[in-house]
Amino acid sequence: MPSAGIETKLWVWQRASAAVLGLCVIVHLILIIIAVQGGLSAGEIISRVSGNVAWLMFYSVFVIAVAVHAPIGVRTILNEMTGLKTSQTYFVMAVLCLVILSMGFRTVVGLYNAGGV
Amino acid sequence: MKPRGHRNHAHYWAFVLHRVSGLLLALFIPVHFYVLGMAIESATRLDGFLSWTNTPLVKLAETMLVVLLAAHLTGGLRLMALEFFGTRESSKTAVAIGTGIALVVGLTFLLNVR
Amino acid sequence: MSNTIKVSVWRGQTEGAFEDFEVPRQPSQTVLDVITYIQRNIDPTLSYRFACRVGVCGSCAMTVNGRPRWTCRTHVDKVATDGTLQVSPLRNLEVVKDLACDMTEFFNKMNRAEGKFHPTKSRDDDFDMVLPDDPKRKQASQGIECIGCGVCYAACDVVEWNKDYLGPAALNRAWTLVNDVRDGGNAERIAAVSGDGGCHACHSQQGCVEHCPKHISPTHSIAGLKRAVAKSALKGIFGGDD
Repeated sequence: MPSAGIETKLWVWQRASAAVLGLCVIVHLILIIIAVQGGLSAGEIISRVSGNVAWLMFYSVFVIAVAVHAPIGVRTILNEMTGLKTSQTYFVMAVLCLVILSMGFRTVVGLYNAGGV
Repeated sequence: MKPRGHRNHAHYWAFVLHRVSGLLLALFIPVHFYVLGMAIESATRLDGFLSWTNTPLVKLAETMLVVLLAAHLTGGLRLMALEFFGTRESSKTAVAIGTGIALVVGLTFLLNVR
Repeated sequence: MSNTIKVSVWRGQTEGAFEDFEVPRQPSQTVLDVITYIQRNIDPTLSYRFACRVGVCGSCAMTVNGRPRWTCRTHVDKVATDGTLQVSPLRNLEVVKDLACDMTEFFNKMNRAEGKFHPTKSRDDDFDMVLPDDPKRKQASQGIECIGCGVCYAACDVVEWNKDYLGPAALNRAWTLVNDVRDGGNAERIAAVSGDGGCHACHSQQGCVEHCPKHISPTHSIAGLKRAVAKSALKGIFGGDD
């Protein structure tokens, strides 16, 4: 049979990343509410994540899942609600994916290495 | 020529919430990484920024982001339950519960943030 | 109840305007009765489409006060809450004239979604046994009452945004056939609904479910197709026959 259309593939990727994000976001929301108690500080963030392999893994997975999930959704919105051509919406999707990956990993790895480990 | 009455129902508004929250979160993510990245360069720079966020208006904006994130989460879980498990029953109730959970999460954040 | 009702009726094609009429009120009057009164007593040039008048044929669907409906089964009392009616052709379809729209694209999409039966047996073969409580039979039953009126198609925003989208009725029809054990066209059907205008374009906004006069949920049928297509695509990647 012919291979499934690109929309089908993007749908599978978006739902797969959504399933991962479902777990990540629950953890993230709980952590936000715990972390903001008593105020947030750079020292507090660094002391939690710096040198901690578990958080490094968690945030790496989180960043990858976001980098897959969000650009696909943004592309759908652009296709449906703007006059942009398909090639242009693919371009925006790819750029957003790269921006999230590069900025995300710069932050995640940077915080892991912060605090002079 | 194009009346819009057909859109006024729970699932349509849930769709609007999902789309708007998704778009705003996608725009916020790079900002989020940029701010966190300040801590890598110097902790004092992030702390300086964090003290700027210590105003009621910014706290309100942060609360809104938390609500958007929680709403996108519950909306997404509802959609995946429909798509993968074909859940039919109480679909509109699920919209209400999901939105309610998002507001509760936002309120919890607001009560704990300082 | 006032003695007359003010009705704004769409006149023209894609370009046109609403024209106002005063129509005498009757007990248990339907919107179709109102339109018929205008055509027979005020302006015989008004074009509209109907056949059975009792919700069987699915040809009298129009936009009534902003929502797609069967005009024959819509009582004026129910929709004219402020004493006025606005009637226009169904959304998302080309207008032929006044209230009659061109259903060609709608029915073409049924075909494009392989919403037709592919027989596998001849008269010499035995009957297939389809038990009422068979899970596939139950799935099919939930969507099989569709009469192709186009109300869901008019209520769908994705149809408006994506011209290639096959739409709720065509996809619902495809799903009932996916669950028909007598049918042999599933490979073509799965391919047909997995294209760029296929089932994955649906965002589960459920405008179709909200407005379907037969209380069908095309959204759930489309969800079934999404699963079937994804399963078949994953099989394609990881091997396995089908």
